[in-house]
Amino acid sequence: MTMAITARGLTKRYREQTVLDSVDLDVTAGTVLALLGPNGAGKTTTVHILSTLVRPDAGSATIAGRDLRRDSQGVRGAIGLTGQFAAVDGLLTGEENLRLMADLRHLGPRVGRRRVAELLERFDLTEAARKPLVTYSGGMKRRLDLAMTLVGTPQIVFLDEPTTGLDPRSRQTMWEIVRELLDDGVTIFLTTQYLEEADRVADRVVVLDHGRVVGEGTPSELKARVGTEVLIVTDRDGTVRPEIPIDGTVGGLRDVLAAIDGDESASVSLRAPSLDDVFFALTGSSSSYDDAAPASASAPAFITREES
Amino acid sequence: MTATASTVADSGTMFRRNLLHMLRYPGLTVFVIGIPVLLLLLFVYVFGGTLGAGLPGGGRGADQEYLAYVVPGILLIGVAGIANGASIGIAQDMTEGIVARFRSMAISRAAVLNGHVLGNTVQGLLCLAIVMGVALLMGLRPAAGVFAWLVLVVFLALVCYSVSWMAVAMGMSSKTVEGASNTPMIFTLLPFLGSGFVPTASMPGWLQWFADAQPFTPFIETTRSLLAGQAPDPRYGSASLIWCAAFIALGYFWSRALYERKSVRS
Repeated sequence: MTMAITARGLTKRYREQTVLDSVDLDVTAGTVLALLGPNGAGKTTTVHILSTLVRPDAGSATIAGRDLRRDSQGVRGAIGLTGQFAAVDGLLTGEENLRLMADLRHLGPRVGRRRVAELLERFDLTEAARKPLVTYSGGMKRRLDLAMTLVGTPQIVFLDEPTTGLDPRSRQTMWEIVRELLDDGVTIFLTTQYLEEADRVADRVVVLDHGRVVGEGTPSELKARVGTEVLIVTDRDGTVRPEIPIDGTVGGLRDVLAAIDGDESASVSLRAPSLDDVFFALTGSSSSYDDAAPASASAPAFITREES
Repeated sequence: MTATASTVADSGTMFRRNLLHMLRYPGLTVFVIGIPVLLLLLFVYVFGGTLGAGLPGGGRGADQEYLAYVVPGILLIGVAGIANGASIGIAQDMTEGIVARFRSMAISRAAVLNGHVLGNTVQGLLCLAIVMGVALLMGLRPAAGVFAWLVLVVFLALVCYSVSWMAVAMGMSSKTVEGASNTPMIFTLLPFLGSGFVPTASMPGWLQWFADAQPFTPFIETTRSLLAGQAPDPRYGSASLIWCAAFIALGYFWSRALYERKSVRS
């Protein structure tokens, strides 16, 4: 097993605040790692360190066999980064943006033109290729952004919250592209706030909280800790009982139901576990990001409902 | 590809990008060209009669005489305007997501800066050509021969290039785009505080000292001599070249350091 990314003890402080606290990461080549955590957990900082944009205060990393500190230009040549905000040139057309990338990757005019045409086709942008970016929708800009990242056929692609702000269809397209990249042998490092997303695409999940790794494993291992669904029991008078994680099997559900005493007319409902449940299972306390709670707590349930 | 070859290739790519920006967003270019043209008309037709009469040997047809006197000053006002555009351009660019992408790519670090400086130099020459065209329409008849014209074009390109480096560094150093549009204003003032509009001999002593020491006076005087078809005063010629070299060196290292610092945050 070749390692695409190995990081040890990554630490980053901004003034008094420790943003990353001795983070270790291992990503096997050709797999997807999802870095899961709420806003402010340190996900973007991790991506920025690994993509040479931010220098860590301590720790080391090897990316695509190159040392992050000593050969950052080598690292840059092997990676592609798609951040949270579309990194496109708003004054150029889609095609010109891609040509710019092809030129900067020194592909040469012939290969460059072919690669650009190929990516326009693959990302469904051929029709809009010669139009200025102001006419592009948010989803189109994101697709162009990712296409630009892929011009140089990077070995490792960083996707920082790639689906934030995308409609369900664009999100679907994004996952299809991720799968295609995997088929091509590309390693993917993505960050997300949504457990459901990590579960769907990742081979391994690393849970980050307050700059520290609080759990890691395969999605099924994670689910074994968290439960696949959460059972909610509401009494007739409207009192909601403490939520119960269940494992998604008939037996598990039967056992849980058997343990419920009292009012037979209490209503039951199921919901998918949220990021909060992950934190509760892993750290014994729910996510401490109260200010971030509305966005990260309500969105996952919403996604699950519309996609399942 | 060697480091130098890839720096040249990447700078060329960035230069093309900057030229495309000028085509797509002509507002800044029009503004940068419009101001000196406006000043030319203003100074010749409104103030020209009076100011021209004050020139040594000034008399009848004073505004035509003043036209010949003021054109070098206006050309350098044009260069200062280019500096303004360069500073705004780079500051704006640094706020764009695309520059963050450039930083995570294996491209030459100087390429983005080179692209801006070269783009601005071309914009500057275009601006100066238009100002010159208007001056010719207004009746200016320079005595310069072909050779003097060639030297003049090369000289002004060099001045544009070096002032652009300073302006790019200023733009990189300002925290906001608004700030970036203010700092290079100093360049716009310098032709006024030099020999651009009136001979420095007519100024109070302390100002005369400043006017003779600052870079735009040698720039203007060299331009004036070349337009008149005369060999430039070697004193002004050499001062111009020294100032250009200083601007390029200072601007280059300053903006490189800032780009590096903003690229990889510690």
